[in-house]
Amino acid sequence: MNIHEYQAKELLAKFGVAVPKGIAALSVEEAVAAAKQLPGPVYVVKSQIHAGGRGKGKFKELAPDAKGGVRLAFNLDEVRSHATEMLGNTLVTIQTGEAGKQVNRLYITDGADIKQEFYLALLVDRATSRIAVVASTEGGMNIEDVAHDTPEKIHTITIDPATGIMPHHGRSVAATLGLTGDLAKQAQTVLAGLYAAFIGTDAEQIEINPLAVCKGANGDELLVLDAKVAFDGNAMFRHKDLAELRDLTEEDPAEVEASEYDLAYIKLDGNIGCMVNGAGLAMATMDIIKLNGEFPANFLDVGGGASKEKVTAAFKIILKDPAVKGILVNIFGGIMKCDIIADGIVAAAKEVNLSVPLVVRLEGTNVQQGKDILANSGLPIVSANDLGDAAEKIVKEVRKAA
Amino acid sequence: MSILVNKNTRVITQGMTGATGTFHTEQALAYGTQMVAGVTPGKGGTAHIGLPMFDTVLEAKETIGADASVVYVPPPFAADSILEAIDAEIPLIVCITEGIPVLDMVKVKRALSGSKSRLIGPNCPGVLTPNECKIGIMPGSIFSKGSVGVVSRSGTLTYEAVFQTTAEGLGQTTAVGIGGDPVNGTNFIDMLELFLGDDETKSIIMIGEIGGSAEEEAAQFLIDEAKKGRKKPMAGFIAGLTAPPGRRMGHAGAIVSGGKGDAGSKIAAMEAAGIRVSPSPSDLGRTLSELLKSSQ
Repeated sequence: MNIHEYQAKELLAKFGVAVPKGIAALSVEEAVAAAKQLPGPVYVVKSQIHAGGRGKGKFKELAPDAKGGVRLAFNLDEVRSHATEMLGNTLVTIQTGEAGKQVNRLYITDGADIKQEFYLALLVDRATSRIAVVASTEGGMNIEDVAHDTPEKIHTITIDPATGIMPHHGRSVAATLGLTGDLAKQAQTVLAGLYAAFIGTDAEQIEINPLAVCKGANGDELLVLDAKVAFDGNAMFRHKDLAELRDLTEEDPAEVEASEYDLAYIKLDGNIGCMVNGAGLAMATMDIIKLNGEFPANFLDVGGGASKEKVTAAFKIILKDPAVKGILVNIFGGIMKCDIIADGIVAAAKEVNLSVPLVVRLEGTNVQQGKDILANSGLPIVSANDLGDAAEKIVKEVRKAA
Repeated sequence: MSILVNKNTRVITQGMTGATGTFHTEQALAYGTQMVAGVTPGKGGTAHIGLPMFDTVLEAKETIGADASVVYVPPPFAADSILEAIDAEIPLIVCITEGIPVLDMVKVKRALSGSKSRLIGPNCPGVLTPNECKIGIMPGSIFSKGSVGVVSRSGTLTYEAVFQTTAEGLGQTTAVGIGGDPVNGTNFIDMLELFLGDDETKSIIMIGEIGGSAEEEAAQFLIDEAKKGRKKPMAGFIAGLTAPPGRRMGHAGAIVSGGKGDAGSKIAAMEAAGIRVSPSPSDLGRTLSELLKSSQ
């Protein structure tokens, strides 16, 4: 689960991580009111969407030479004009795709006098099965580009879960970033706070880009200027408070609806809807549709049960996508009996008045009874013998109907 | 021979009194597996589906003897159950549960190192040696005793490989689902090591999917082993060629992120290691059969 930058910073501040002062705003008036509460004289007006590259992003509704999704303001009037241009408009960044994302929230922060920028991230490293800290002197850049062009500038350390974070980890990060004296101590504090936040919230990733050395009233300060925090969805049961941070407007409505039925659904760009049991088989079904010359309209894992209720919900969600010209159902029943699954498919197809071609491939126990049920349903359901056959048949049906 | 489990393997079920644990323990018994006891805290001293119940794994092991444990405990409590089994020094732990928090698994993985236990899973279909022992949720009916070792990150794709090798008349020695989570107990390399060392396993099917680098590491392992003269004919498949980057495809571990873990680079690595990668998941059995005929 992803959250906005302002939520991430408020959360990190609770764990003792230093962030610039900032206030979220939902309207132009709130943005100006927020700026009034900040010391000034420089403010940053930041679009809040769940995507990176906001600064370099462009608003669809504004002139091409208009400024991006993160802007400096040097007085309250500028805060007002920036907020007016951003709110309600669509920001397109390298991460949003062409459609872009509507900006509904702003974050007004204190302008920082930046001397130096770094990159710092925590994530679960699959290769070591531990939390890894990734640090680089190349702050403010796209870290994937840094990894590609200058891999020697990325330093990774892993943390043994038996010890947790130790002071030497902080010293190591400070050394990597070339920080000494008081800033090195601040780096230790930042890292300890980020680690505590990671463990305390069951984070999946905490990315700080940039972490910056800024001029402060009492000497240089190490501040988190941007933060991206994502949580492990599997751990949300023990973080009911964090669930409130979810912004449903940032998610695809069909994917949200699917999650309510415990279906894993991801919308894609093709025209053949898929309903499959098992994530691996669902991906393989997508792949074989492409192999046959068409493209899948979605990923959908209906899970082990494939009950009538779930299949009905899945059909409804798939059919909400107007691009869908046919559906391929691929169920490897395993221990589930195929006749019971076939009953569910027939009942669901009748309930949703299915109007596009449907190819069904069933495998497992009682497969013949299952096929008989589909054949005698009175519905135009095409049975397939195996996955390859199913993909060929649905592609043929869709092209015939076109 | 087979790997991991055989007709002598004595298995206990953790979380046996729940609906899932009950159903699959009954299925395993029907398959002929030596299911010997169940563990559910508070149910010690009672019996369930004809098997004695214990409060703790250690009691079950000491009283009745157990070589393996299968975990059907719900996600919030599953890591604790695995850790209990590690503590009781159960040699083989198979965790079927999907949805365990990844930081719980980071702890489990740490506890496994230096322990006497091997963990398969979580978020996996289990392990099955045809006609001998079925641990987990795989459908026994599609298996036949034979010569192919099957290892896969995906449950239903394991069934595809098993079904197709049965149809080809090859059969299986053992099939292992290692699970779809980013942090799991056992990876491809451990299973390939066992299959390479098992005389009855004449060929291997390996099924991967997008996310992480386990397939690339396995490919390098196979290249290194081949240099030592250890090599078996292998067919493979990678799911997720059409998956968009940055999206989690059902399995917690199936995600292309930071430009890493895409299907193309995994396929290239596996082909470089001499694995014949089938472009279609429905041609796994045929691909392996043809490979075996051409190498005779």
